[in-house]
Amino acid sequence: MTLFDKIWEKHIVREIPEGPAVLYIDRHFIHEVTSPQAFSGLEKRGLPVFRPSQTIATADHNVPTLNQHLPIKEEMSRLQVAQLVENCQKYGIDLYGLGHRFQGIVHVIGPELGITQPGQTIVCGDSHTSTHGAFGAIAFGIGTSEVEMVLATQCLLQSKPKQMRIHVDGELGRGVSAKDIILHIIAQISAAGATGYFVEYTGSAIRSLSMEARMTICNMSIEMGARGGLIAPDETTFEYIKGKPFAPQGADWDKKLADWKLLFSDPYTDFDHELYINAADIEPMITYGTNPGMGIPVVGKIPNGQHLPENERASFQKALEYMGLQAGTNIQGQQIDYVFIGSCTNARIEDLREVAAFVRGKHKSPNVEVWIVPGSKQVEAQAIAEGLDKVFESAGFQLRQPGCSACLGMNEDKIPAGKYCVSTSNRNFEGRQGMGARTLLASPLTAAAAAVTGVVTDVREMFLSVDEGYEKS
Amino acid sequence: MSKKIKSFSTTAVPLDAENVDTDQIIPARFLKATSREGFGKNLFRDWRFQDGDEAKPKPGFVLNEPAFQGKVLVAGKNFGCGSSREHAAWALKDYGFDAVVSSFFADIFKNNALNNFLLPVQVSDGFLQKTMSAVQENPATKIAIDLENQTITVAGASEHFDINAYKKTCLLNGYDDLDYLLSIREDIEKFEKG
Repeated sequence: MTLFDKIWEKHIVREIPEGPAVLYIDRHFIHEVTSPQAFSGLEKRGLPVFRPSQTIATADHNVPTLNQHLPIKEEMSRLQVAQLVENCQKYGIDLYGLGHRFQGIVHVIGPELGITQPGQTIVCGDSHTSTHGAFGAIAFGIGTSEVEMVLATQCLLQSKPKQMRIHVDGELGRGVSAKDIILHIIAQISAAGATGYFVEYTGSAIRSLSMEARMTICNMSIEMGARGGLIAPDETTFEYIKGKPFAPQGADWDKKLADWKLLFSDPYTDFDHELYINAADIEPMITYGTNPGMGIPVVGKIPNGQHLPENERASFQKALEYMGLQAGTNIQGQQIDYVFIGSCTNARIEDLREVAAFVRGKHKSPNVEVWIVPGSKQVEAQAIAEGLDKVFESAGFQLRQPGCSACLGMNEDKIPAGKYCVSTSNRNFEGRQGMGARTLLASPLTAAAAAVTGVVTDVREMFLSVDEGYEKS
Repeated sequence: MSKKIKSFSTTAVPLDAENVDTDQIIPARFLKATSREGFGKNLFRDWRFQDGDEAKPKPGFVLNEPAFQGKVLVAGKNFGCGSSREHAAWALKDYGFDAVVSSFFADIFKNNALNNFLLPVQVSDGFLQKTMSAVQENPATKIAIDLENQTITVAGASEHFDINAYKKTCLLNGYDDLDYLLSIREDIEKFEKG
């Protein structure tokens, strides 16, 4: 059996002949944007929330990231966040809303609070729920009708997906991170390459990653169409969870730990599809187009679309036009206007530490505006405790307050039309960061390098100059 | 929302693009509403209008061409990828579509569509291309979709499409998943006790 099979089978309430399975859901996260219609659906049917203690709420998508102590300026956003507060009070759901010390992006707070645990089924009305798979959980995004079903019954009707294994072996080069691994994979198999699949990531390169880096990988599983991605839990996982506010304690910890240690794919288990990747082949990556599959190494040239079937070339051309980029040219050296370091992909403390370590003693380019948006109040507090805020300030980077921010062009944080933004988020769709905004997805390190130089930069060259500097002194 | 789908024949709107993501179907800035209604007017908002201005329709975008009308949207592969926002299905349905034809759909979108009685009809690449060309060349081309027999017919050519038997029964009879789940509450409670 695969890891996925083991968790799936433990959660089946019953199976419908020639139909889906009734899957029991352990943990349900909700936020202000995709839950209001689910609550009004309950109300219409006169239903209570079946298991309120298994749903956890936060406000993240539609919140400002400056002056969070003030009322939200825009009326509809204010009402939507107020609606969440009202619904949680009415139905007895724990809410880590604005002002709470646990507030933050839903996929950042679940893990950091120890709510996300191996072997669970986890859903949320958000496609990046796949993030939680990093703990060896079946975690996937759902629509609002399904949010209503989980609120009402703690179950969903789900057809079992096909399974893919992506094996990444070897050592990553300097300047190459988890974000580059996943952008490399998506560029290889396309934005639709894993549709219909759940993906398990294995291999020495995956095993060597921290939990936060594993979350970055699982987070973007959806960007190749996969329902979710997961990684078998190991000592790194257990170490991360231990002592978190909602982690099991005492005898319960020992019992859970014994169960978690059984969560792995049995040797010689067949997958529907397998993909092998050599970590040493992965370079710092960046996207040039309008879906996450349109990625190349930072040192690469923008393709001309001839690698695609003829009927897809018009869409390819349209993407380059939207981006204002030329086929056959280098992406390196492309001028940029904004850098956004944040989102459920890359806004955890390790991301902020990595950026701070790189920019210490450097300053942003005068042409670039740089936003650092921590993933949660806890990340923000930790960054300040470590003095990272001072590093960002002297580099001219603006440290904002937690939220989804400029990842999705919904709240106040938007990239203006026509402007280029190197972003550590997960989607480069047209208008994703604001109407007409042009997004280049990259790792925190590549984003930080671009912030300093003002152009798309191979961060490895900057290490080289730093190293040479050390040698001379 | 009209419940129950059986068979229907209609003209179609051809949207010749692959990887149409849900941010295009309904941009995030329109997700602030707390009801399910009224999303149709913002369907494909930034492809339809210049600078987001309703007074400035973009010429050449298919929803702005009066020749193309109908209850079926024909689109390139990987339709509905990206965000899980069900607002995308609500917007398509509210605008007046009852089905989307593509060579494949993103998983979450497909579930959201089915939960809103918007039928995702998955056809082969070849059939999709023929359908797209037929509709583009002659906007009066009729698309006949028969859910009971799981067939789609365009310009004399037919193809079978897949849908699981449970979902088909739901769509034909107007049942939804929540009705079913509520009917097995006892089983769920028993499962919880282990």
